Amino acid sequence: MKSLAELQAIKEKMQNKVALREGSGEMRVVVGMATCGIAAGARPVLSAFVEEVANNNLAGKVTVSQTGCIGICQFEPVVEVYEADKEKVTYVKMTAEKAKRVVEEHIKGGKVVAEYTFAAHNA
Amino acid sequence: MIRSHVLICGGTGCTSSGSLKIQEEFTRALEANGLSEEVKLVQTGCFGLCALGPVVIIHPEGTFYSRVEPKDVEEIVTEHLLKGRVVERLVYADIGEEEVAESIANVSLNDTAFYKTQKRVVLRNCGVIDPEDINEYIAMDGYQALGKVLTEMTPDEVIQVVLDSGLRGRGGGGFPTGRKWALTAPNKAPQKYVVCNADEGDPGAFMDRSVLEGDPHCIIEAMAIAGYAIGATKGYVYVRAEYPIAVKRLQIAIDQAKEMGLLGKNIFDSGFDFDLEIRLGAGAFVCGEETALMTSIEGNRGEPRPRPPYPAVRGLYDSPIVENNVETFANIPQIILNGAEWFASMGTEKSKGTKVFALGGKIEHTGLVEIPMGTTVRDIVYEIGGGIPGGKAFKAAQTGGPSGGCIPARLIDTPVDYDNLTAIGCMMGSGGLIVMDEDTCMVDMAKFFLEFTVDESCGKCTPCRIGTKRLLEMLEQITSGNGTLELIDEMEKLCYYIKDNALCGLGQTAPNPVLSTLNFFRDEYIAHVVDKKCPAGVCQALTNYKVVADKCKGCTACARVCPVGAISGKVKEAHVIDTSKCIKCGACMEKCKFGAIIKE
Repeated sequence: MKSLAELQAIKEKMQNKVALREGSGEMRVVVGMATCGIAAGARPVLSAFVEEVANNNLAGKVTVSQTGCIGICQFEPVVEVYEADKEKVTYVKMTAEKAKRVVEEHIKGGKVVAEYTFAAHNA
Repeated sequence: MIRSHVLICGGTGCTSSGSLKIQEEFTRALEANGLSEEVKLVQTGCFGLCALGPVVIIHPEGTFYSRVEPKDVEEIVTEHLLKGRVVERLVYADIGEEEVAESIANVSLNDTAFYKTQKRVVLRNCGVIDPEDINEYIAMDGYQALGKVLTEMTPDEVIQVVLDSGLRGRGGGGFPTGRKWALTAPNKAPQKYVVCNADEGDPGAFMDRSVLEGDPHCIIEAMAIAGYAIGATKGYVYVRAEYPIAVKRLQIAIDQAKEMGLLGKNIFDSGFDFDLEIRLGAGAFVCGEETALMTSIEGNRGEPRPRPPYPAVRGLYDSPIVENNVETFANIPQIILNGAEWFASMGTEKSKGTKVFALGGKIEHTGLVEIPMGTTVRDIVYEIGGGIPGGKAFKAAQTGGPSGGCIPARLIDTPVDYDNLTAIGCMMGSGGLIVMDEDTCMVDMAKFFLEFTVDESCGKCTPCRIGTKRLLEMLEQITSGNGTLELIDEMEKLCYYIKDNALCGLGQTAPNPVLSTLNFFRDEYIAHVVDKKCPAGVCQALTNYKVVADKCKGCTACARVCPVGAISGKVKEAHVIDTSKCIKCGACMEKCKFGAIIKE
């Protein structure tokens, strides 16, 4: 070890990997993973979120976790995005492709992808 | 892509309750369910809640599973990890009586009764990181303090920060750490050493073991910082061989640090060299005493030697040393990173920071806790420790093991710090805290600790070698019903004689359990010698079993279980115990369904 910069580089590289354990993400992405969700294809959606969050170095800010049946099985795969002091956003009929767009526009950009939401499908 | 971390406690407590088997089972179940690529298994150090082990935490949810058995693993994997449904029956979510959580799956670990009063500085990485991976330590700001010290601070500045923080030795003595360093630093000897005392010997204490097992790198980092501050290039960690997991992880950590150039030559390109070696102790209690410890490192029989010369002048191999305890060192990197004011803001006026305690004895949550100095005994026992099993009454808590004393129930609101404990004739000690309830006989307890010191006395000085033996004999006389009031006075005199004349700390403190119980529970001693009764019903010679005729239904269960045929009586009539035959094994009392057999 020759310099603080070298140490800092290892720290930054590793931080993403342990950030998962901090549990205090400002934003929570919750994927419905009950039998209905898994049957409708929730697994690739979950993987896509995990992957995109990591690729964009958002692990310290965003927690991706799973939950059981959300109760609207005909709209699975369902994804909910929680953010402090904001209304919960519910995305329905998700795919891995759609997940990428949600990370890009909503999580990074702060703009809800309206056309994927429950409200849009239920209108 | 990893989306979830499963943290499995690999501390000694959980390992002995089967966490290795659980880890194997997780590996298998994850594989079977095709989750190996998504879920990472991490073996960590101690989470602290040893009573509920083996413990498993799943992130990012932070779900805390307790008392996990290998057969539960499949369910956790298929329900929680695959489908996202928390296995509620295994969740530890005790948040105290006043509040009720709407769903136990939502309870954050930090809100539980066990954790919420705690403040984890020393234990901050224990149970969070993989102790066998230096990168995880670095991710948690590891080695930043060493980097800062070597590139930005002078040795004097480092010592000043430690002085200002008010940190005192956590091994039990409470000597200011900064002062210790400042005494060794000016010495111009060609070679100086940093020594870490990990010879934790108090019965019931396992703070240092848990730090070494859960966060070994922080000790390495702190010792290097101490080396820089006092001008030493070599360090020894003296750890007892009975801690195989701690020894193994520390060795892995040292090897990793060497490989990364965090130990060795020219660290951080600063010209500072530091090297570290482990020395194994054979488990003699006296080797935790600093002069005996040095003698043992030198390869000799572990015996203390008179001071002066103090270790700061002439210690190991006739060279000056700084010797600190594991927990003391574990505070150092945080003090350097967060500053002396931050550390001094925790605790009481003369005892800063936190203290780790190993809770044991008659307490619900046996385990490892870290609290700010000044927390009351009541909070430790009832809030964090979950109280006494079976609704029994708190009688006393013993701190400082065989060198310490007891805190009686009427002083339960004493804030725990160095000076308060000393003031009531107790001592902080290294952190063992053994809780006793109404069923504990204080004379018997003092006898237990004296048996320990008699066994562990090295024999070099007469007051300790013969004095403690005589003291034990006197206690045995009292508990066997042959004591007199004069004997108690005689015993007290002998205690002070040993205290004043023994060579080292072990001998000087050996009479403390007797003195402290005499101080707070003299009536119990008097009951033993005058009334020939043991109020707690522990001392066999002074206890008799008796049938309460009114309650006895004459079921004959006791007579059948008695191994010596001391119980007689007809069916459906009250039975009688023949005390001349009775060997006081207690089998009848356990067997009786009507509570008709009593001890008195």
